[in-house]
Amino acid sequence: MAKTLTIDPVTRIEGHSKITILLDDAGNVEDARFHVNEFRGFEKFCEGRLLWEMPGITSRICGICPASHLVTSAKAGDEILAIGIPEAADKLRRIITLAQWVQSHALSFFHLSSPDLMLGFDSDPAARNLFGLIAAHPEFARRGIRLRKFGQEIIEVLGGRRIHTPWAVPGGVREPFTAAGRDRLLAGIPEALATTQMAIATLMLMFERHAKEIPAFGNFDTMHLGSVRADGALEYYGGTLRLRDADGNTIADGIEPRDFDKHFAEKTEPWSYLKFPYYAPLGPEKGIYRVGPLARLNVCDFIETPLAEAERLKFKALGGGAGAVNNSFHYHYARLIEVLFAVEKLEQLLRDPATLDEHVRSKASINRHEGVGATEAPRGVLFHHYKVDDDGVIQSVNMLIATAQNNLAMNRAIRQLAKHHLTGVAEITEGLLNRLEAGIRCFDPCLSCSTHAIGQMPLLVELTRADGSLLARRAR
Amino acid sequence: MAGAEKPMFAMDGNDVPFEPGQTILQAALAAGRYVPHLCFHPEFKPHGSCKLCTVKINGRTVASCTTLAKQGDEVESETPEIQDLRRNLVQFLFVEGNHFCPSCEKSGSCMLQAVAYDLGVMAEHFSPFFPSRPIDASHPDVLLDFNRCILCELCIRASAEVDGKNVFALSGRGAKKHLIVNAESGRLADTRLAVEDKAMDVCPVGVILRKRRGFQVPIGERKYDQHPIREVAVGKATARHASGKPSPQGPSKEGA
Repeated sequence: MAKTLTIDPVTRIEGHSKITILLDDAGNVEDARFHVNEFRGFEKFCEGRLLWEMPGITSRICGICPASHLVTSAKAGDEILAIGIPEAADKLRRIITLAQWVQSHALSFFHLSSPDLMLGFDSDPAARNLFGLIAAHPEFARRGIRLRKFGQEIIEVLGGRRIHTPWAVPGGVREPFTAAGRDRLLAGIPEALATTQMAIATLMLMFERHAKEIPAFGNFDTMHLGSVRADGALEYYGGTLRLRDADGNTIADGIEPRDFDKHFAEKTEPWSYLKFPYYAPLGPEKGIYRVGPLARLNVCDFIETPLAEAERLKFKALGGGAGAVNNSFHYHYARLIEVLFAVEKLEQLLRDPATLDEHVRSKASINRHEGVGATEAPRGVLFHHYKVDDDGVIQSVNMLIATAQNNLAMNRAIRQLAKHHLTGVAEITEGLLNRLEAGIRCFDPCLSCSTHAIGQMPLLVELTRADGSLLARRAR
Repeated sequence: MAGAEKPMFAMDGNDVPFEPGQTILQAALAAGRYVPHLCFHPEFKPHGSCKLCTVKINGRTVASCTTLAKQGDEVESETPEIQDLRRNLVQFLFVEGNHFCPSCEKSGSCMLQAVAYDLGVMAEHFSPFFPSRPIDASHPDVLLDFNRCILCELCIRASAEVDGKNVFALSGRGAKKHLIVNAESGRLADTRLAVEDKAMDVCPVGVILRKRRGFQVPIGERKYDQHPIREVAVGKATARHASGKPSPQGPSKEGA
């Protein structure tokens, strides 16, 4: 008889979700689904608020990446004011974006994923958590916690608080930076750098230890989407979008964030609150792409800082000659390389005297009725798209969140893991369950950020041609 | 007894001296005894509309802001019964409007929020109305967010009595009563309101806000973040900001 296995809730990720595995009559895996069953609704209740409030409100979407929403929202506001922002504000926003990377990536690697990697997928589940990690590897855990703290400290020094700061605004930021704040943060750079290098060395050991498992850990071909600078360098705050396929061929390049809806579409499924974005020209099947650290390292041509660039070259070699690294397990490595870059780049930016300029905010009224902001949040490119009236009152909001863009890929990853570890045997081991969760954790999904499908999901019908292009669309 | 010539009443068993003509609320605050209130402002005539300052005198409930103090009165204020009534009143206010403290510029210097903390309001208790009240962002310098209005009429009184402009008024009756502005278009931009007006500085909640000033004083460093309202209201604590920065909403006149 056909059977459904359920894992509920999925642990050590941000948000609430469940996985179901659908077995056929022979007991083979027919399908596996990652259901996101929490629901937020920010896109709806931001309507009617004032544009200038949006960074403060949307930073509340998430306690992990508030600074990413903050800065992305402020950038959408810049577009609507149609003004340039002061150099100091631009650089300070860059600093807080990188701090967000450090904070969130450290959390993902040390707090959430290290218990699997260091203690083993089959270890006692009661101890396979941060506390078990502290007991078994106290120094490793302590340094990881301190690295995350460093990222949060930067956000606190700039924004006045560790989470949910309303510090960035359309036109710039609210407050200038201080020399005292700069000196305090610069003091933390050497330890952050050493900890990141230690983490990379540890991950190399994990590659050997889990050598048998890694090849089937969400290893499949998709496209990769990320921001690059005009010269092809890894980008995190500005730049344009580049899409490369699983062989490293560039499919689209130079996409301006404001045109994202011309290139990407979203589909919905009745069993999840998380939407499924895809590259529109290729349709929902072939249009699957990944975002985040793995994708960013696949689409950039180089990293501007030396230590991170050296690691990127080693990372590229993991693709085995293919133009891209397609194994989702290597999100971990990519994430740590990005921390390395972030720490190096933070030092450069902090030493830049331009960040101390007191002019940090351009003021203007509403000059456009629509604006899109995009930055690279830790989990991938994040879009905020606002429409306003003449007074700056929000008429509509659309946010495309990194985790949603990885939704198709996450589902494919757990399908692969389920098929690999559950072939004709009806027994469900703890190890299998955890491998599925660990597969999801590679993507470091943040569900609290990404579930905004209110009132649209069951009511939207799309008719597409075989090539995926849209024939008709009807919403109730 | 020192100062025996001064008349006294008793509040919760403590003697409270008063000047003839003072209300119970005025005398209590002057004596350092806090009575929760929202529509009362020391610079304006008592209004008696929010009823939060309700006390029991000789077994009868009255608004202490509009009741003159009398020699020998026995006033009950912070009894479980009265505090329960006050808590309910505050909960009514929360569910009648849309009060979302986390994204409100007034958070930390909002009297409604501070009073709710003082009374130990932990939840709305009643079902929210979720009224639809569009904001008015038409004025170049001022934002009006009607979602937070508690109908205290302080802005109406300030605009009429001090500014001489009559910018604000209430319209509708009963549950439909709401704040309006005095313009054919219904838009604040078409009124005579200016940022220097007294009406700008009396709103106890987050309805009348100066634009481009939001969150200049960080949450955590605001008036009632620094000191509980029962200290601020009786002058035991001076409102100040740890950062030493000016108040986000003008020179320190955010209600009493």
